[in-house]
Amino acid sequence: MKYSKTHEWVKTEGGVAFIGISDYAQKEMGDIVYVELPEIGASVTINESACELESVKAVAPVESPVTGVVSEVNGALEDDPALLNSDAENCWIYKVENPVLSGDLMDEEEYLNYLKTL
Amino acid sequence: MIKKTPLYEKHLELGGKIVEFAGWYLPVQYEKGIIFEHNTVRSAVGLFDVSHMGEIYISGEKATQNLQALVTNRVETMAIGQCRYTLMLYKDGGVVDDLLIYRLSDSEYLLVVNASNTDKDYEWIKENLQAGAKCENLSPSIAQIAIQGPLAQKVVEKLCDASLLPQKNYHFTKRITVGGIECLVSTTGYTGERGYELYTSNDKVVELYDKLLLAGEEFGIQPIGLGARDTLRFESCMPLYGHELSSETKANEVGLDFAIKQGLNYIGEEALLTPAKYERVGLKLVSKGIAREHCEIYAQSGENIGITTTGGFCPTKNGAYAMARIKCGVDKTQRVFIDVRGRKLEAEFVEMPFYKRENA
Repeated sequence: MKYSKTHEWVKTEGGVAFIGISDYAQKEMGDIVYVELPEIGASVTINESACELESVKAVAPVESPVTGVVSEVNGALEDDPALLNSDAENCWIYKVENPVLSGDLMDEEEYLNYLKTL
Repeated sequence: MIKKTPLYEKHLELGGKIVEFAGWYLPVQYEKGIIFEHNTVRSAVGLFDVSHMGEIYISGEKATQNLQALVTNRVETMAIGQCRYTLMLYKDGGVVDDLLIYRLSDSEYLLVVNASNTDKDYEWIKENLQAGAKCENLSPSIAQIAIQGPLAQKVVEKLCDASLLPQKNYHFTKRITVGGIECLVSTTGYTGERGYELYTSNDKVVELYDKLLLAGEEFGIQPIGLGARDTLRFESCMPLYGHELSSETKANEVGLDFAIKQGLNYIGEEALLTPAKYERVGLKLVSKGIAREHCEIYAQSGENIGITTTGGFCPTKNGAYAMARIKCGVDKTQRVFIDVRGRKLEAEFVEMPFYKRENA
């Protein structure tokens, strides 16, 4: 699992990238009450907003850590956005096939060190 | 400079996430989050630091007449020990602030005003007082705690002579000892639940807060931040200055007619003779998504009919709602569209308040 500076995570399995947000991001946002999922087939671009998360207090973009085409979205989040509140790092939001990963990603240790600087 | 309430260190100790609000550092939430805090107030009891609120004292032989010249609700008929919600207007009918009047005696009143407006209100009052009354800004020396929820009474009763507590809604006891600390206690609040607001001096408020927290433990009391304070008031459709109310909104356009009387000759009364062009309405989102404030609203015809003033997720209703300022005369049986960053979310008109407690 790799992390971006904007607190998304990406995990690749068999040429497919799974994208979600870090526990830190969820904690910062507070209770997430709505996930505006991207469309299947939509193009996403590194460091650009792929979709939006709404917490009780604010809206925040998910800045894509990969470039590519969305192949699947986690539809369960539409009815139960709280899945992200309970375990953000085990809850993917969208998948991208044949992704191009951002060159600016951190492994877990680097990310935890990065969090200490915030 | 951003101010800290006397409870600032306490909020840090309790895990509060501090934000700046209306010139104050206050907790937006504690560890368990806004929804948890919101539900705690609806089902049990929560404790709020509202020391940022402003208190302005008006006194003098002509205090009543002077105050009446400034506010839209009737002052003269208030009993000593009674609170009344009112608006204070500019000459053009725009809102200076919404506030609570406490009648302390025949010739003394305490006005409790919004934190963000305290200085402005004080200047406005001072400017407009005539002979026979004076005003004083007591805000720097008064701290305030709100304890709200169906179990609030049980908590407070443990710490005082319950027979001295105000019984009816919107009443107060000027001097009552709670946990050994002298307070003014009123049956008021900003959550849609029963509860009290307790006013005391800055140097005593931490002790009072600790005692209430301890006494409330057996009832599941929790500290509550600004986030839940906002969702609680929003769900109950209580207006918030800067959202539903402003100098640009006329008092007869905001759905608060219960607090606006006629024939009292207060500043701004004449301007209210002009029929209202806008009204405050409630909307429930039919589409999935959240519409926050400042989203444009369109009718089926495509006509722009207004704008949302507060919007968001209502935890008790488990859905997204909005309060809005729309043109008068719009057909409310139609569904409308709220523009959320280019997406058009469908919404229907619903009664306000969205949430009303049982037996209210």
